Amino acid sequence: MTGTPGLREGRPLAECAGVTKTFGQLTAVDHVDLQVQPGEIVGLLGANGAGKTTLLRILLGLLPASAGRVALFGEPPSRGTRRRIGYLPQGLGLYDDLTAAENLQFSAAVFGRAVSGCAVSGGAVSGGAGTGGADVLALPAGYAATPVGRLPLGLQRRVAFAQALAHQPDLLILDEPTSGVDPLGRARLWETIADAAGGGAGVLVTTHYMEEAAECARLVIMADGRVVAEGTVPEIIGDARVTVVQAPSWASAFGALEESGIPVSLAGRALRVPGAPPEVVRRALERGQAAGTVRDTAAGGTAAGIIAAGDPGTRVFAAPATLEERFFQLTLPASQAGVSR
Amino acid sequence: MTGPSHGIGTGPGLDHGPGGWGGTEVSVRYDQGMALDHVSFRANAGQVTAVVGGDGAGKTTLLRVLAGALAPGSGVVHRPGARQTGYLPAGSGIYPDLTVAENLAFRAAGYGLSAAVARERTAEYLDRAGLAEARDRLAGQLSGGMRQKLGVIAAMLPQPELLVLDEPTTGVDPVSRSGLWWLIARAAAAGSAVVLATSYLDEAERAAWVLALEGGRELAAGTPDEIVAAVPGTLRLVTARPGGDAGRRAWRRGGRWRVWEGPGPSGSGVSPGNTASHPGQHSGPDEVITPDLQDAVTIAVLARELEMAGGTA
Repeated sequence: MTGTPGLREGRPLAECAGVTKTFGQLTAVDHVDLQVQPGEIVGLLGANGAGKTTLLRILLGLLPASAGRVALFGEPPSRGTRRRIGYLPQGLGLYDDLTAAENLQFSAAVFGRAVSGCAVSGGAVSGGAGTGGADVLALPAGYAATPVGRLPLGLQRRVAFAQALAHQPDLLILDEPTSGVDPLGRARLWETIADAAGGGAGVLVTTHYMEEAAECARLVIMADGRVVAEGTVPEIIGDARVTVVQAPSWASAFGALEESGIPVSLAGRALRVPGAPPEVVRRALERGQAAGTVRDTAAGGTAAGIIAAGDPGTRVFAAPATLEERFFQLTLPASQAGVSR
Repeated sequence: MTGPSHGIGTGPGLDHGPGGWGGTEVSVRYDQGMALDHVSFRANAGQVTAVVGGDGAGKTTLLRVLAGALAPGSGVVHRPGARQTGYLPAGSGIYPDLTVAENLAFRAAGYGLSAAVARERTAEYLDRAGLAEARDRLAGQLSGGMRQKLGVIAAMLPQPELLVLDEPTTGVDPVSRSGLWWLIARAAAAGSAVVLATSYLDEAERAAWVLALEGGRELAAGTPDEIVAAVPGTLRLVTARPGGDAGRRAWRRGGRWRVWEGPGPSGSGVSPGNTASHPGQHSGPDEVITPDLQDAVTIAVLARELEMAGGTA
């Protein structure tokens, strides 16, 4: 993006080696290794409390690491490295009382860096240097004088993107950038992110949305402060399997598995069990039948009937896990009963 | 269903069988414009219905109407009485200054549950949702995922005929999300008609029926399979962003590009060597693909965008 010496010689833009952060007795980040190379999009996934936010704060230079080595652009985090980072926080980080252009101009002044093309013209705001000159943001006419707080949420998000990109950062740190966005809007935001990476910026992005993880070249999954998996989506899923139950009455099967304390999720009229193999699930269903487990419906009293693994209509089989289910399996030991947290 | 129906009645065009709730041609106007524009929907007992769309699509307005929190400007709504309606409003609707247990006791009293029933259900739900140890913590100190689970549990307490959940999983981590889906499945298994709003299409794929909204209007409705089957035209997978007119009908997904060609007679942008023309046919590794629900909704948004821009889809 900027041609800064050293950036294109294989040195990571961001690097954590054995980074640990403790707060009193609590180890929030536990020996984490992480690298973001120029042009690379790295997805950081984890449950709440997994240590993602603490790690981002360390990279932003807001928190010192308790142990380990952190390098940004080859040097320790500082005010200087902060200026080369574009940061999009979860709350978007905009000033509600300022217009889009005023937000961008204020941010540019704070970063002390020339922002090319940040201007208002005919209701359109350009802040697109970060995407190789293309406009990041074209506000519909009539919004130029509107305070950001009164823009529709989708537009606010685009202003925040423009602000994060406007100073041509070498490293983008995006914290759940597309939460609440419709699929086409999400695809468009990812075009912006991919364009920035195409221009040489490194991107570190957190998301709770597994579909979005497929946009990343590499994923890092954290649980309880540690990295529990790393790689592409297929590498992380590997040959992980879940158990699928198709029963004439999914509600009864659900009741039987619930009695056994097995975490179950519903997919249409089928049940998916990420934490137990088919034989365990079959036994649980048979126990449910033996005990006469029938989930009475609260509302209508339409007893759903007895089901079991032996029921001719019931199928219990293994199927490839989704990324979300694999994630669940990876974090299961850390989260005890599975449905806790 | 046995509870008294406080519905305003049933309208034409929507069959409310036993245990079915919903609305017909519902419209709501705010100062800024139509928040809901003649939207029809239904929710069946023992099923999960998903309402999908981005910010401002009309999801919250629709759910408020269904929960009885907002009267529609026009149209017919059919819903059970207030004590048979569980509602998780946007933002979880819990009191941050009360403990977890106090929040639930307060809500149980509002639903008119006896103390014994309230105690039993509270203990069971908290235990199964992994919140038992948090029962004496202030709700305002819970993580986002725990707070959402508490909100869902509070709405489930009366074992309502209709359970309305406004974005229970938005911004929630995957582990809490699976806990929330366990609660949702639990409620449906017990016979509730569950209606939930979400912006996650993979979540909507788990629902028995889906309503996609955009700008207050219905974009698509049906079972996930029906919505996918109704996609017009052809969807192609390409490795690079196409230029020209095709670029307007392209979007990025999973690191590659999808290009939608509408059902128009010219079939602009079709590569001459490819003869496959129906969704559902595979003609090669980077050619025509079968859309999934996310593709189907994306195409519906795109088609409307192109229509509004005056382009031919």
